[in-house]
Amino acid sequence: MNRMTSRTFALVTTVGAVLALAACDQPAPPVAGAPPTMRLLSESQYRNVIADVFGANITVGGSFDPLVRTNGLLTVGATNARITPAGLEQFDRMARSIADQVVSPKNRSVLIPCTPTVATAPDDACAAAFFKQVGRILYRRPLTNDEIQSPVAVAAAAGKDLGSFYEGISSGLAGMLVSPSFLFSIDTTEPDPAQPGKTRLDGYAKAARLSFFLWNTTPDDALLTAAEKGALHEKKGLSEQVERMLSSQKIEGGMRAFFNDMLAFDEFSKIEKDSIIYPSFSAAVAEDAKEQTLRTIVDLLLTQQGDYRDLFTTRKTFMSGPLGRIYRVAVDRPDGGWMPYEFPESDERAGLITQISFAALYSHPGRSSPTIRGRAIRESLLCQKIPDPPGDVDFSLFNDPNSPNRTARERLSVHATQPACAGCHKLTDPIGLAMERIDGAGQSRTTESGAPIDPSGDLDGVKFVDAVGLGKAMRENPAVPSCIVNRMYSYATGRTPDRSEKVLLDHFEKQFASAKFRLPKLLHDIAASDALFAVTTPESKSAATNTEKDDKS
Amino acid sequence: MTVLIPREPNRRQVLRGTLGGAAVGVALPFLDCFLNNNGTALAATGAPLPVRFGTWYWGLGHTPGHAITPKTQTSAGIDFLEETKALKPFEKYLNFYGGFNMPLDGRSNYTHFTGWVASRTGSAPSGNNDIPAPTLDLLIADQIAGNTRFQTLDMTSVGIPRENYSARSTNSRAAAEASPEKLYARVFGSEFIDPNKADFKPDPKVMVRKSVLSAVGEQSKSLNAKLGSADRARLDEYFTSIRQIENQLDLQMLKPQPNLACAIPPPVKRDGDEQNMPQGLEVDTVVANHLIMTKILSMAVACNQTKVFNMVFSDNFSHMRRPGQTYTHHLLTHEETPDKVLGYQPVAFSFNCRTMESFAAFVEAFANIREGDGTLLDNTLIFAATETNYARVHSIDGVPIFTAGRAGGRIKTGLHVVGNGDPITRVGLTAMQVMGLPLDKWGTKSLQTSKTITEVVA
Repeated sequence: MNRMTSRTFALVTTVGAVLALAACDQPAPPVAGAPPTMRLLSESQYRNVIADVFGANITVGGSFDPLVRTNGLLTVGATNARITPAGLEQFDRMARSIADQVVSPKNRSVLIPCTPTVATAPDDACAAAFFKQVGRILYRRPLTNDEIQSPVAVAAAAGKDLGSFYEGISSGLAGMLVSPSFLFSIDTTEPDPAQPGKTRLDGYAKAARLSFFLWNTTPDDALLTAAEKGALHEKKGLSEQVERMLSSQKIEGGMRAFFNDMLAFDEFSKIEKDSIIYPSFSAAVAEDAKEQTLRTIVDLLLTQQGDYRDLFTTRKTFMSGPLGRIYRVAVDRPDGGWMPYEFPESDERAGLITQISFAALYSHPGRSSPTIRGRAIRESLLCQKIPDPPGDVDFSLFNDPNSPNRTARERLSVHATQPACAGCHKLTDPIGLAMERIDGAGQSRTTESGAPIDPSGDLDGVKFVDAVGLGKAMRENPAVPSCIVNRMYSYATGRTPDRSEKVLLDHFEKQFASAKFRLPKLLHDIAASDALFAVTTPESKSAATNTEKDDKS
Repeated sequence: MTVLIPREPNRRQVLRGTLGGAAVGVALPFLDCFLNNNGTALAATGAPLPVRFGTWYWGLGHTPGHAITPKTQTSAGIDFLEETKALKPFEKYLNFYGGFNMPLDGRSNYTHFTGWVASRTGSAPSGNNDIPAPTLDLLIADQIAGNTRFQTLDMTSVGIPRENYSARSTNSRAAAEASPEKLYARVFGSEFIDPNKADFKPDPKVMVRKSVLSAVGEQSKSLNAKLGSADRARLDEYFTSIRQIENQLDLQMLKPQPNLACAIPPPVKRDGDEQNMPQGLEVDTVVANHLIMTKILSMAVACNQTKVFNMVFSDNFSHMRRPGQTYTHHLLTHEETPDKVLGYQPVAFSFNCRTMESFAAFVEAFANIREGDGTLLDNTLIFAATETNYARVHSIDGVPIFTAGRAGGRIKTGLHVVGNGDPITRVGLTAMQVMGLPLDKWGTKSLQTSKTITEVVA
């Protein structure tokens, strides 16, 4: 999270500008909200929390049950995720490993706030001090007396049985780390004094929503203190905290997590390229390709405070040695680090969709795929659902052994002759074909099987001649800002927006446009809105119905 | 929807094969104690041999006309063709089920997804990630998985943890073990207790771990009051998971019964460091990983570490590939030109052959472990299925299924079962009944069936 130490100043300046704009804003329309949620921590959230509480040197090993992508986001899937026996076994194993590291001789003097009277026996007072301190951060709220006494009792019994204060502490901590109060971010509510008979999120639940939305980790001490004082129920106090959070370096980690989710970069964990067909592609290339895109996003949207739509046209990015071999760019960084890089005007690279990450992720192991790329653009970046292919497609036309087709465009032209295929493929293929001058590993090419590649096409009626042109068409497409507003709100609330919330989303979109599509403005508007925290009473709206809706979307 | 009948049918009804006036074949809810009467108890202890259940999954079906010769009626003998010839030596352990259909009542065939969901849950999905009911392995695990360390052991040889076709619902799907090394460490690592070791000293840390989880469970009950009904159900699942780990820990406090079938396999070691270990979807790597995992799993079962398992050989979109080829197995099934002389897609066919060879290796591993008077396979039922019949056209009628093993003598083998267009759920229903579930019907809508395949029930 400390990659860009120079950005804090820029952020502070910008947040000030954002707030100046916010002062002129129309108030957001009210929404009814949804039932309180119980969100399973994602893998990255789990890792971030452990690093925040115990330090980055604590190793987190093990695997996490997969989340179901819902409304384009794994984060929404986390709202309905369950913990399987195998999943809990993994959490238990991770918890014991983390706890053992925390009490290790190397770490205990730093991480445990007191020293036991004797190291070979329990010390309830010291144990209580430790659990009270870490529990507040792990559970995202102060612990009740019972919640403190429970691990203290465990630590006492274990410490006595094992003859070690620290092994006792380790056992108590391991218990906290498998508790649902830690593994799930659970909305807690209280009566709303402004609306008798209704409930609202309590301050701690608001703090958790803010923190996981903006930072992808647990609330810090200042945010919990604000919650404790009731400041998050007041516009001024809430705005101060949002401003502080947007100015923090942690916002970078938060936005990396958001775009990682929105762009489905979790799929990088299974990316594979054929080493004979693409000898230059390696695990290092895959890792750097993802990092390049995230750096480009962070730099443009947070550091430079640029227009979100410019992500699809920018030639400015960052380059590493492994990527330079794919892009055929000389990288003068003997230390293996990154350097700023700008593609020349003559280059066919501009914008995210021409970067290796997008091109390689949405391809097969040994070839590109205009259809998969086109679908990814429609679904991930424009929020347009492409129906699944019918089950009874006639592939015989694709299997013509006498076909003279050499390029993907020629092969895919068959789709246009099949009514069952044409409806969807006319949405995906014309834009996917624009990227055909980038092969399945992200390398530039001008021919396929000896035939020249034609990358021209159109996006919703806007014609272009190549991938750079497609990026320009996307920049001007109204679905682009609309999509990120939808995804960002969905990400923040952990659910698919209700139809009744369209007015709210329209409002956010309008405000976003009036701020020249600057991301901090959108983040501020959502984070400081009543909508982020709006909840119905738990049973007033069928939670099961909500779950069903999310699953089917 | 799965319907559990409130009372088991009486023995007379079952033995007569009649229930409610209709011809049915509800299998006896076999109990382990019955096995003693059959003389299959372990000689060393007199304890009954457990009966296990597992699934084996492969993607992309068969090559019609080149896998199994169709039959018009159920009878002994399976005619293995070129694609499945590796299975021929194991015919006496196998059944083949062909000609069963998958009616969807107007729902879409979500390609490469509907097929496995319907055959494993008894219900057609309403979306391409919808898992409308628990998969049959978990229903069986709920019935039989007690007294073992793991409720189920799930693994995949394609290296991707999410490729697991066992789930309790859309949002409750465990990650599969995707690394042979991690699988070995999980089963035979430091927490494994060798049943044949003379000395046994309970680890005091195990008792501490149990008290930790008990405290967490107690402490967390108060959360229920703060949650809506859907989230309470999710919390209940969490508590169930806690109890299962507690049960595992209970077992670690007891000296296990000596088990002559249990021989701890050597640790997995391959050349090179972990970074360079073969991973991925090259077919040779998948086959190699599958073989290593099979050896670990079969011995884990023999050592009574689990009674239920799920092995995924290849994923439902089978991304297996050959080095240097631009087409994956899945792409080949759609885009490879069929050979005019052979009548099929030769490269796709070769992947199918490798798949069946691996299934044969899986069956062989269980058959090679002696247990009691027979083999581990005699006391196991393996449900091997895929998601499509002919991948080229995504057909889901006639999806091939094999079962392997005799489930402790509860199932006849060596049969080719003809479905005549009946719902494919008949196979799953029969498998669950054989494993002791008191079900009289299974599935929803047109996939619901109450017809046991009586021809295979012993």
